[in-house]
Amino acid sequence: MGVFWRPFWGVRFAALALALMVPAAASARVFDPETFTLANGLQVVVVPNHRAPVVTQMLFYKAGAADEPAGKSGVAHYLEHLMFRGTATVPSGAFSREVAAHGGVENAYTNQDQTVYFQTIARDQLPLTLRLEADRMANLRIRPETAAPELAVVLNERRQRTEASPAARLREQVQAALFQAYPYARPVVGRPAELAALAPADARAYYLAWYAPNNAVLVVAGDISAGTLRPLAEATFGRIPARPVPDRVVARGAALASDQDRRIELKDAQVRQPSLSRVWVAPSHGWAAEPAQVYALEVLQTILGGGATGRLYQALVVRQGLAAGVSVDYLADALGPGQFSLGVVPGPDVAVADAEAGLNAELARLLHDGVSAAEVAAAIRRLQVGAIYARDSLQGPASEFGVALTTGQSVADVEAWPDRIAAVTVEDVDRVLRDVLGGQGSVTALLLPDPDAPTPEEELEDVAAAQGMARGAVR
Amino acid sequence: MKAPWAFQWAFQWAFQWALLLALVVLGQPARAAAVAKASTAKASLVERVVSPGGIEVWLVRDAKNPIIALDWSFRGGAATDPIDRLGLAAMAAGLLDEGAAELDSAAFQDRLADHSVGLAFNASRDWFSGALLTLRENRQEAFTLARLALTAPRFDADAVARIRGQLQVAVRREEADPVTVAYHALARQLFPDHPYGRPLRGTTDTLAAITIGDLRGFAARRLARNGLLVTAAGDIDPAELAAAVDWIFGALPAEPAPAAYPDALPNALPSADLRPVAVPWPGPQSLFVQAGAGIPPGDPDWPAALLLSHILGGEGLESRLAEAVRTRRGLSYDVQCNLQSYARADLFIVTGSTANATVGQALGLVRHTLAEVAAHGVTARELRDAQTYLTGSFPLQFTNDRAIAALLLDIRRDGYPAGFLDHRDALLRRVTLADIRRVAARLLRPDAMATVVVGGATGPLR
Repeated sequence: MGVFWRPFWGVRFAALALALMVPAAASARVFDPETFTLANGLQVVVVPNHRAPVVTQMLFYKAGAADEPAGKSGVAHYLEHLMFRGTATVPSGAFSREVAAHGGVENAYTNQDQTVYFQTIARDQLPLTLRLEADRMANLRIRPETAAPELAVVLNERRQRTEASPAARLREQVQAALFQAYPYARPVVGRPAELAALAPADARAYYLAWYAPNNAVLVVAGDISAGTLRPLAEATFGRIPARPVPDRVVARGAALASDQDRRIELKDAQVRQPSLSRVWVAPSHGWAAEPAQVYALEVLQTILGGGATGRLYQALVVRQGLAAGVSVDYLADALGPGQFSLGVVPGPDVAVADAEAGLNAELARLLHDGVSAAEVAAAIRRLQVGAIYARDSLQGPASEFGVALTTGQSVADVEAWPDRIAAVTVEDVDRVLRDVLGGQGSVTALLLPDPDAPTPEEELEDVAAAQGMARGAVR
Repeated sequence: MKAPWAFQWAFQWAFQWALLLALVVLGQPARAAAVAKASTAKASLVERVVSPGGIEVWLVRDAKNPIIALDWSFRGGAATDPIDRLGLAAMAAGLLDEGAAELDSAAFQDRLADHSVGLAFNASRDWFSGALLTLRENRQEAFTLARLALTAPRFDADAVARIRGQLQVAVRREEADPVTVAYHALARQLFPDHPYGRPLRGTTDTLAAITIGDLRGFAARRLARNGLLVTAAGDIDPAELAAAVDWIFGALPAEPAPAAYPDALPNALPSADLRPVAVPWPGPQSLFVQAGAGIPPGDPDWPAALLLSHILGGEGLESRLAEAVRTRRGLSYDVQCNLQSYARADLFIVTGSTANATVGQALGLVRHTLAEVAAHGVTARELRDAQTYLTGSFPLQFTNDRAIAALLLDIRRDGYPAGFLDHRDALLRRVTLADIRRVAARLLRPDAMATVVVGGATGPLR
């Protein structure tokens, strides 16, 4: 999640991209990246884009929430916030002030598999962002006077984005049920009690364990070449010595496949419109018995999802009138297990049970009949056109390479994406369809209105009473 | 497209129309975003193309990618909805790509998908807009599908029922979203008896009342060449573009029918005696939204107001409000302010969220920060940094065709001439500390702001 919230950014363009269902897929034949590695192990990817005299710099650490020690959930994201709070020579807030004062924009986010810091700025200001980003890779200072209010900010973020949203609370439960012992079961923002108990020393320990040049990928996209970037990167990041880092795949442990389908219901007075989802553990780029499974699943997602012409939308929304909307998501870019999920929002006068029965019937039909050659061919065509649209972006391709290189993929894998998609056959799709959607261990989640819950007014009285008691206790 | 601030949720409850809900209640800010982001583009970058049919298009041409983005707006959006048919413009927007001429919904969507064409319509308060994205090689098919959608929409009964249901479900989901609840309450308070105070997508009842005849009437009367604004970016030359817009829009009537809402909407400015509105909401966190009178684009004080708003509460962590509420005390994850303008109203908005127990403290800090700047202005360094930011961050917008076409359209809807892009930097650079003081006294009046709190706040709100 970002270190700050940008409520309006991207909404407009996102709507059109969604209409197209453009995947953020990349191909070296499209992006033509250059790569090199510094002596200290920092991987560098340059994605030339000469549309405007602008660059996007993204630094990806191969460390995320799934790499936190037990009992310290939320520390990766807490550290991401503290990275804006000053180094030995740069005061708290000065990083952001400098970037903005030179006309740049910036943010950061933490994911299960990576932590990412990025800026977009005029090309001639790149030495500034390289210097500042390299500085905080090596010289972060975590001070009690800034660490304490920043923890309060993160707790506010958790309350605002998770606790205030029944759908977000349900998502946490689903992830916990789906992944069990694997660290993806923990929320990125942290479990509330563990998060509240985090100390500056915890963030410091995580920083020392993972933030090293040999555990990071620098991606620069825009009006630049590797020849120009290399001396700048060597003069900044190149001065930071390599350090041993733990083997994070080993540290995370194994994911045990569950053979049990589970069901979670969350009833909440805030919910006015029920919805339903079902999610399965699936192969990912970092976690596939054979890599071809991932490309077949991408084709399957496009056949089932794929906007208004998608199979699920056509069946449940258009023909049967059971749903107002459907979603089909596949998370392939993961170092650990991926996930494939279906979502259904019942139509205005449709009981959630009827919508679920419709989904089950459609799934059964799909598993029985498989997909057609025409569907596979159309999906492949759409995915490949998506790669052309993906080129019309500065940050999109940079992000694609960074995510790939922090989830067990190589630049060559990304380069080969259109070919591997094109090689997918009907048999490949039918096989992953039956292995994943026909397999056990799914989690079905229902978000339901609660007719018996206290009304907001009643709850408000409870809140008032609780606050009164808390104040009394303090006195 | 991943939002960079978002959790990378393992799965998402994203639906085709869900993003429609993501925007503020009043609909898209018609002007604020444009100028906030616009600035140093070279005028030579923008070509003014006038078609033989008389349609003016602004074009930024670039052949690096074989794609074309075309954006357009018709004057008159949801504010024209009859009061017993609220949601009409939104429903029409949802239906224009659901079948046209001899193509039913499925056939129309297949044609779009087969040619990888993106076509989307959207209704805001003041505008009814469309966006087209296509590969250059498929441009003729894309232009024809856009033409059919605009000039021969079918409004078949099954598609109408389906889109109506989707909007009703969307409205119901909005009722559970505290952000939307807050903005609805704010809009009602700011604009009673005015279309801006009504829900943009209507209610389940007004949506149920909309007939196929209403939708046909909307398309026939509201979509016309007079009041149409068009922009384009990408791999297309001016002659091709001129022919394309005459093909797409040329068959529309010249003049729209008179709108069924008052010709002159009142300027809806908050009055001084507005009391805070508390909307009870379960959970540990409260959301607050405050609004006062803003400044319209084109006003001589607009550049100073834009700089002032950025210094006070712009994006990022450096603003006065972020420093006071977030950085120093950790009371909020997000506290911001911005200017939003509509055809008939201009607003200055402050938003934030905080724990229920600290709402009073957070609002007090907002009030104190506003009063402080109103009384003492800002520092020379703050002004200089803001000037550098707002001029320097502009070229960052000009990196992809979709963004460029949309940005040009925003500038046109603000009523600026094409030459505005030449002057914006100079307008911002010539603002002085005295200008900021004057505008701060005009804009920052914490006693004259409407306040809505959605949450479990109990103590005094001010």
